[in-house]
Amino acid sequence: MSSVSPSAYPETGEKGGKSKAEWPLWEVFIRGQHGMSHRHVGSLHAPDADMAIKHARDVYTRRNEGVSIWVVESSSIAASSPSDKGPMYEPSNAKVYRHPTFFDIPEEVGAM
Amino acid sequence: MYAQMVKSEGNSGEQTPEEEAFQARIDAGERIEPKDWMPEGYRKTLVRQIGQHAHSEIVGQLPEGNWITRAPTLERKAILLAKVQDEAGHGLYLYCAAETLGISRDELTRQLLSGKMKYSSIFNYPTLTWADMGAVGWLVDGAAIMNQVPLQRTSYGPYARAMVRICKEESFHQRQGYDIMMKMAQGTEAQRRMAQDALNRFWYPSLMMFGPSDKESVHSEQSMAWKIKINTNDELRQKFVDQTVPQAEYLGLTVPDENLKWNEETGHYDYSQPDWQEFFDVLRGNGPCNTERLEARREAWEDGQWVRDGMLAHGEKKRMAKVAAE
Repeated sequence: MSSVSPSAYPETGEKGGKSKAEWPLWEVFIRGQHGMSHRHVGSLHAPDADMAIKHARDVYTRRNEGVSIWVVESSSIAASSPSDKGPMYEPSNAKVYRHPTFFDIPEEVGAM
Repeated sequence: MYAQMVKSEGNSGEQTPEEEAFQARIDAGERIEPKDWMPEGYRKTLVRQIGQHAHSEIVGQLPEGNWITRAPTLERKAILLAKVQDEAGHGLYLYCAAETLGISRDELTRQLLSGKMKYSSIFNYPTLTWADMGAVGWLVDGAAIMNQVPLQRTSYGPYARAMVRICKEESFHQRQGYDIMMKMAQGTEAQRRMAQDALNRFWYPSLMMFGPSDKESVHSEQSMAWKIKINTNDELRQKFVDQTVPQAEYLGLTVPDENLKWNEETGHYDYSQPDWQEFFDVLRGNGPCNTERLEARREAWEDGQWVRDGMLAHGEKKRMAKVAAE
């Protein structure tokens, strides 16, 4: 846009762009009112855990969404890899007997 | 829209087997998640689109922030504050979604400030009277909702989830705007004139938000195949007109378009196109407020640097103290 000289904001490349230190990224988990477990709702940047909780309150609980907040630095999360999806989850497809509906119970027996 | 004229990085020519498999996942309605394989063009187009959307939310705070100190009552002021705070939140949800594609929020901000990335043309128009707060909520947020509701089904998981949150909150924004318009339209003659004037000034810029017709655009075609764009610009604009005209009638206000007419045959309103030359001028940086908006963002960014640095240093110090105590 017009008056800004691009040189004032040097391009640092899409990937990195860490010309100045950035606040770390935190993942936010919120427990709603009704005794459910904490649920991932999103992420945010904050300099430390206390500030991350304060920001999470402002960003993710403006409309009574929760009664408890957890934050954890994103870099501390270990995740399964998408390419392992087959070996990780497919074996359970063959184990249908793990589901209660696998077993036929006669109606006379009643609810079970 | 909040993301206007986003260039798509489609591949011309043959698709690789990976690209074919990727397209098949999208066609089957699967969501793409951050760590999944994706074509570079998909990633780049999304960074551009989500980034522009995020910037629009942030810059969009400025025209309304203009009226916080001058809201007519304490209640109106509290409501407007809540709305502007929501916009900040929407910007943050979207920056986070963009970050999952491998670009940092600070880098996105730098690209906004250097003029490399854009925000919606609509925020380069001034908000001159209190009635403009009504028109912005009713028309601008109304137009945004038209685009955002279908985007809840977009193929990229983090983007779709951000849209779900945003849409929930956006309906409050539109209603509060319409509520202001109702009060003004039913008020004194001077208030009614202000409401009409706000509609006159915001009607065509709101129609421009959807972007020029893209029926023939290859960018649009690729984005639609990737399901990061769900409807054409013309479809959404028509929907917006059809929905908004009866709302203006209820207010007793006149849409500033002599050609506006219900078309029995098509079941839609016929309407005049906005001045697309003006649209391109505004995008090029020559709208009434482009310079002011960007200056305000640069000032906020630069004046806030010492706060960001200081808090980071404080956080680091606390972390060190904790390590030392262990």
